[in-house]
Amino acid sequence: MAWDWDKLQLQKKRTSGGPSGNPSSMDEVFERIKGARNKFPGRTWIIVVVVALLFLGSSCFYTVAVDEVGVVQRFGKYVRTTQPGLSFKLPRGVETVTKVKIRYVFKEEFGLRTLQAGVRTRYASSASYENESLMLTGDLNVAVVPWIVQYRIKNPFDYLFKVHNIRTTFRDLAEASMRLVVGDSSINEVISKREEIAVKDAALLQKLLDEAETGIKVVTVEMKRTNVPEQVQPSFNEVNQAVQEKERMIYQAKEAYNKVIPAAKGNAEKTIKSAEGYALDRVNRAKGDAARFLELYQAYSKSENVTRRRLYLEAMQRILPKLGNKYIVDADQKNLLPLLTLGKSEGGKK
Amino acid sequence: MKAKLLIIPLAIILIAFFSGAYVIDETEQVVITQFGKAIGKPNINPGLYFKIPIVQQANFFPKNLLEWDGDAGQVPTLDKTFIYVDAFARWKIVDPLKFFETVNNVVGALARLDDIIDPAVRNFITSYSLIETVRNTNRELDTFEVGVGNTQDERTLGEITMGRGKITQGILQQAQPKLKDFGIELVDVQIKRLNYVEQVRTSVYSRMIAERKQIAQKFRSEGEGEARIIEGNQEKEMKRITSEAYKTAQETMGKADAESTMIYAKAYEKDPGFYSFTKSLDVYESTMDKESSLLLSTDSDFLKFFKGYKAEGN
Repeated sequence: MAWDWDKLQLQKKRTSGGPSGNPSSMDEVFERIKGARNKFPGRTWIIVVVVALLFLGSSCFYTVAVDEVGVVQRFGKYVRTTQPGLSFKLPRGVETVTKVKIRYVFKEEFGLRTLQAGVRTRYASSASYENESLMLTGDLNVAVVPWIVQYRIKNPFDYLFKVHNIRTTFRDLAEASMRLVVGDSSINEVISKREEIAVKDAALLQKLLDEAETGIKVVTVEMKRTNVPEQVQPSFNEVNQAVQEKERMIYQAKEAYNKVIPAAKGNAEKTIKSAEGYALDRVNRAKGDAARFLELYQAYSKSENVTRRRLYLEAMQRILPKLGNKYIVDADQKNLLPLLTLGKSEGGKK
Repeated sequence: MKAKLLIIPLAIILIAFFSGAYVIDETEQVVITQFGKAIGKPNINPGLYFKIPIVQQANFFPKNLLEWDGDAGQVPTLDKTFIYVDAFARWKIVDPLKFFETVNNVVGALARLDDIIDPAVRNFITSYSLIETVRNTNRELDTFEVGVGNTQDERTLGEITMGRGKITQGILQQAQPKLKDFGIELVDVQIKRLNYVEQVRTSVYSRMIAERKQIAQKFRSEGEGEARIIEGNQEKEMKRITSEAYKTAQETMGKADAESTMIYAKAYEKDPGFYSFTKSLDVYESTMDKESSLLLSTDSDFLKFFKGYKAEGN
């Protein structure tokens, strides 16, 4: 009302200050307003209709992206699936379209979460998702198994309509199937044969998903770093260390062996060679001695007597000068004892 | 004025028309009730339908697969190991009329499912040993550790007679008939998570650690053992090499001694007397030196001329 009042006042001023100079009556003003009000309904209807048509019209066409299909429902009932491109449908309220990315590969992570995808993808620490990744293995050990399932929607109809809260169902089934596979494997297999487990799990999960009519196709199951729980890890590392230690001990022993044995072989060879040397020496000397003897004997046998004497005397000639004390005793002297002290007393004097 | 009079009933009719219309989605089914009483058969076909406004009411129920997630609870197994079991089930409303009459809505149904499936899960877990719930088949486990051989310790895991598949099947069969009265079909029951409770987990961890330590120890003593074997071999080889060399050397030297003896004998045989004469002279020469004293008698051959020249004889 305040607005109307201001407007009226304004109009009043204007008319009073106008060139006509005649102040227009209040009635006239009211009349004018009334006329305007009578005119309005017609225009409003047109605007309303245009807006409504635009509104309905805009809901008559829609675009489906390359990796999608559009699932059209008329009054809730599924009528058709449309391929990528621009498509038409009956307006809002009659037909609705739900776009489903059937070529897009979705990813669900278990026991880990990607914090930042990229060249060096960072993952949230697995500890916070331990409940998802802790599993009992077939030999009743505990393993930490983080994994990723990539999937596509192969049947949009099933995907949209057959299962309530499909993501939860999918995650539950994925966890159940992985635990079933891990429950039938040993801790060693879980750690070292991840590929086999992933293949088995993919097959089992696909079977469960098909039974539940989820319309989901498993593209790949990828096992991340499977491990034993943190508390147990040092002991697993210890085994690896022990393996290294074992190798080291063996190599060390081999080293000592290789250090000693070839040298010993050389030594043995040396002993043999020196024995052979001895043999050669011995035989050659014998041959030499024999030859010398024979030569000498031949000469000797020609004049035995004189040669014998000569040899004897020559030998004496060589020997005697070398000797220290020489005592000559008369053959008639019988008592030799006093003579024997001679050398000694002289030696003592020295 | 006439048009105005027409608009009002038209609007009423339109409102009545719209409030009477209802749409059933692909995922829904509907039970029409009139003053709280069900009228006709439940409608499971999606599409556009009409009912009498105000008087009749459309009650929507999901038609698709629904989920139930159990309360993760502590359950002892037959072998008295406490484990956490988290089960989930999937179910469907197959008889919406019965469903509507007995549990009214999904929330009510979930409470009933809790009442029925949870005890069934507990019953089955407690009546079997842990291994039955963990494993699914009697598949041969590969517990082979490279370099150690089979690490399967003395814990007898035993053959399983049921396996998880049959246990969940049993739970399903036990719970299913009880749910029929609610118009519910239990599609399946699965064990989502299964783990030791905290206290058990610590002791399992210590067992795992002990098991690993024992393997590590085995590796170490194996290394020790092999090293000793190599050392032993080394000693043996050492002795063999030196003794063989000694043997060969002695043989060689013996042969040489024999040969030289033969050679000497053959030569000296010609005149042993001459040999002993010459050899004696040689020996005298090589054995006598400055330290030796010689006491010579004048009747020795050497000095026989010392006392006179007449000694010349034969």
